Amino acid sequence: MTQHFPALLIIVPLLSALAVSAMGWIDRRWCFPLAVASLGGALAVSVSLLVQVMAAGPIVYQMAGWSPPIGITYVIDYLNAPVLVVVLAAAFLNLIGAKVRIEAEFEEKLGAYLALYILFLSGMVGIVATGDAFNLYVLLEIASLTGYALIGLGKERAPLSSLNYLFMGTIGASFYLLGIGYIYIATGTLNMADISNMMPQLMGSGTLFLALIICMTGLFVKMALFPMHGWLPNAYSNAPSASAGLIAPLTTKVMVYAMVRVGLTIFTPEFTFSRAILSETIVWLAVGAIVAGSLLALMQRRLSRMLTYVIVAEVGYMVGGFWLGNKTGITGATLHIINDAAMTLTLFMAVSTITWKLGSDKFEDLKGLFGKMPFTMIGFVLAALAVIGIPPTCGFFSKWYLITGGIEAGQWGFVVALLFSSLVNAVLFFRIFEIAFFEPFAEGHGHHGHGPAMSEAPASMVAPLIIAALSLIVLGLYTGDIVTKLIQLAIPAGIA
Amino acid sequence: MTDLLPLIAAKYNYWIYTILMMIGLYAMIAKNNLVKKIIGMNIFQTAIILFYVSIAYKKGATLPIIMGDGHGGGHGAIQAADYINPLPHCLMLTAIVVSVATLGVALALAIKIYRQYGTLEEDDINHQIRMQAGQ
Amino acid sequence: MELLYSAKPLAAILVSFFVVPIIFSARSENVREAWTFVAALLKFAIVASMLPFILKGGQIAYTVAEVLPGLAISFKVDAFGMLFALVSSSLWIVTSMYSIGYMRTLKEHGQTRYYACFALSLSATLGVAFAGNLLTLYLFYEMLSFATYPLVSHHQDREARSSGRKYLTYILGASIALVLPAMLIIYSQTGTFEFAPQGFMNGAFSQSTMTVLLLMFVFGFAKAGVMPFHSWLPAAMVAPTPVSALLHAVAVVKVGVFCVARVITGVFGTKMLASMGLGTIVCYIASFTIIVSSIIALSQDGLKRRLAFSTIGQLSYIILGIALLSPSGMTGGMLHIAMHAFGKITLFFCAGAIYAASGIKNISQMVGIGRRMPFTMTAFLLGSLSVIGLPPLGGFISKWNLVIGTLESGQIFFLFVLLASSLLNAAYFLPICYKAFFCTDEEAMFERKVNEVPTWCLVPLCITATCSVIFFFYPQPFLQLAKMTVATIIGAPMP
Repeated sequence: MTQHFPALLIIVPLLSALAVSAMGWIDRRWCFPLAVASLGGALAVSVSLLVQVMAAGPIVYQMAGWSPPIGITYVIDYLNAPVLVVVLAAAFLNLIGAKVRIEAEFEEKLGAYLALYILFLSGMVGIVATGDAFNLYVLLEIASLTGYALIGLGKERAPLSSLNYLFMGTIGASFYLLGIGYIYIATGTLNMADISNMMPQLMGSGTLFLALIICMTGLFVKMALFPMHGWLPNAYSNAPSASAGLIAPLTTKVMVYAMVRVGLTIFTPEFTFSRAILSETIVWLAVGAIVAGSLLALMQRRLSRMLTYVIVAEVGYMVGGFWLGNKTGITGATLHIINDAAMTLTLFMAVSTITWKLGSDKFEDLKGLFGKMPFTMIGFVLAALAVIGIPPTCGFFSKWYLITGGIEAGQWGFVVALLFSSLVNAVLFFRIFEIAFFEPFAEGHGHHGHGPAMSEAPASMVAPLIIAALSLIVLGLYTGDIVTKLIQLAIPAGIA
Repeated sequence: MTDLLPLIAAKYNYWIYTILMMIGLYAMIAKNNLVKKIIGMNIFQTAIILFYVSIAYKKGATLPIIMGDGHGGGHGAIQAADYINPLPHCLMLTAIVVSVATLGVALALAIKIYRQYGTLEEDDINHQIRMQAGQ
Repeated sequence: MELLYSAKPLAAILVSFFVVPIIFSARSENVREAWTFVAALLKFAIVASMLPFILKGGQIAYTVAEVLPGLAISFKVDAFGMLFALVSSSLWIVTSMYSIGYMRTLKEHGQTRYYACFALSLSATLGVAFAGNLLTLYLFYEMLSFATYPLVSHHQDREARSSGRKYLTYILGASIALVLPAMLIIYSQTGTFEFAPQGFMNGAFSQSTMTVLLLMFVFGFAKAGVMPFHSWLPAAMVAPTPVSALLHAVAVVKVGVFCVARVITGVFGTKMLASMGLGTIVCYIASFTIIVSSIIALSQDGLKRRLAFSTIGQLSYIILGIALLSPSGMTGGMLHIAMHAFGKITLFFCAGAIYAASGIKNISQMVGIGRRMPFTMTAFLLGSLSVIGLPPLGGFISKWNLVIGTLESGQIFFLFVLLASSLLNAAYFLPICYKAFFCTDEEAMFERKVNEVPTWCLVPLCITATCSVIFFFYPQPFLQLAKMTVATIIGAPMP
């Protein structure tokens, strides 16, 4: 049974999506438990796969026994095993946290909504686990389409934002498909391991270089790298909070994972980093992303929009770190995939909780939050510290690697951008803390009167939030283990 | 200049699909009507599908269906050069399905938008949004 | 030198960390305050229990977790750390006592949060004191910034907000923009962060890079109040006085100079700095701060503001002492951490007592108050004398060592700086005392009855004032610890 775990990882969610959808017509009360059970099962499988990989090395699984290069293989190695766990854990926690919300907002469409949720997740899991380049495209589109639907289910400006996201996302995915076509022309195979075996002979190939650029461009659009980020703020801030809590932590990070996979496994590092002009340009794009994201975030007056711009900046971190081309930078980028997923999850769950109780996330409505919702704010504060980069939260350690990588590579623009963004993040979050802590102002000396009465959100919303927030510290303290036992083994030898 | 024409003529499939892609992209960006944008998106995706199909072609080759003649069937080795590459075609079956599904989702969203704003013209919709935000 | 592995440093730090949830769930004020006392006494007991071992020349080490490959959050208790830890933990006890009196008299709101944040701040302070490498130091330094923010902005009014903002901007901004890159640059070249007696840089950088890095640290640790990153200190005076007393006279600011001292001695190394002449640059920066802050202090009418500027000057005394790179200079600087702590906290306690009893904040209104509050003002006098550096107060010992230090290193200019600033110190402290006691019938200032402060406030300030006197005659164990630290640094046999 256990040897089929990689397949189960994808099949169980797919089938349960079907079951949940059907259950929506039969007996709606079973939808949610079924969804939770399937996600929980998938999470358990991914954890066991992680343990297996750490003990015995990468697992190669051939779907239905068909051998490559025609058959599709699923490869669980040091790079994607931790990412899998994080993806599933994030989706699981968000589902539990959003239970109250989903049941309130999507009552009649519960089966459909949960089916979409699980399908999105299976798409994401597939992207992470697959070892075939075209299969990645298919799952990418599964995830994207369900994502569009999940976002489009919201109110007001959600359908329009989702449609704009659809256009941009399709361009991105199509570019990726085009890039794979070029790879196929040059190598005749779509299996990732196969392609990387052929790469040494094809170092000078113009076709493959073009393929690299086109693939990367497609992925950059999908991960909202500046300046192709225009779709993200609208799509994430207008989406229903339950969807945003699922999509925001996952989409961009999994796309970054795909970029790392394409860069390291498909086009081996020797090829990817061989043209300095490409690497340098992309690092400068990343610098632009970081600076623009930070500055645009400062201009926002709504919490969720501010967070979307923080995501834009974080994408810049990861892309820049990867394209530095040295071991430290790639370690930083990969570590940040995991850390940023956790941070974004905590932040969006906190926002969801706040809007559930207050109905709005505009800054001026956040007064006295520390008194009203202390537990939510604890989670929010921890996530904010992680984004700013304060030890011992995980955000500090990924920044550590990214900055050190930048210093080693001599990319001082990147280093300065990272420090600048830390400072801007501090300003961003402390503005919120101030409003939540100080206002409403008690006139005079503030001796008299007690703070606002506590009216915290239901436990099912706050408990997953706290767990996610604590995970930030745990991830931070275990950074050494994660890096030495997983990430550094995933980076092919031969990178300085 | 004259040696450019043979170059273009030889790789005409690439040029065709590039032009199609650009048409699609243009429609997606420049057109105002949402349905036209969606059509542009479809053209864009179709261009890529055509590209894949075109690279499968081999000169003088036939459809990739092996004819068995009765019981003996398939004597002699099957030469790969006699049959066009079926793999890109299979991949594109999937891509076509994806394209259709995307089209479906896009149209569903467009319907929702129409119900909400009463129009499918993007500038009208943006105008309405600005009005609402101003209130 | 013996190295002992023991979880005591971690225990000392965690004592106040774990009391935080207990404080939040306490049913009544008295229970809450009782737990604070328990934690403070326990903390001091653990710290004191490590003292004999350290005095014999040993060190206590403990590794918490390896968070980066080859780099761990680890503690190493040596003489210098022990000195600082003793000062902070002993003064927490008296400050808790004082807080009870002060906060209850003024019926302050949010007291639970106050005590909890106080406990957390002390955890962070000890974390800095016991840090065994630069990463741990940085971690607890940042934790302290965040733990003290709710204390600074305790009153939650507009003034508190803008002061809190200033506080964080300077402290957090400087640490992220200056300390963090400097740390990472050093790490990428040397591959280690462990403090070593003569530093671990070993000529990894050119002289100009070294200078830049050193200055990044000196200014980056903005808690040390080196000008121009000093403005947060006077702004933070909006906090309740016990906060100002412990944190800004003792814990926060001392953390800043402690970090600077650690970096100079444990990261860069005194011999290397001396050979490059970098110590002198820092001495000049420190002197500038000393003189300018003393001059500004003269012009301040608000008592707490005057004390704040005095603190800024005194902190740079410590930096000056360390940067002189001579044995007595360093001894004097380190000793001044302790002496100034006791002296300054007395002064702040008195300021708070005056405010609590009479509502007065400005010096010009304090004429004749000595007759109404004799104990308080006597304590104030003793505290002032200690800070000025006159016998028979403890401050004299540290100042004396500093003076010898300037002579040892042959930099006479700084001798004059020290003397000039002592005169300035006298100029801004003594008139307060004089006016308080000796004045004619301007006692019309005090028509309403001004009593002596409540006992809970009075006892702590008398204790610290008495300590300042005792330290003149018996400056142990601080002097011993300072001497031991210097001996380790210069490689001499232990005293």
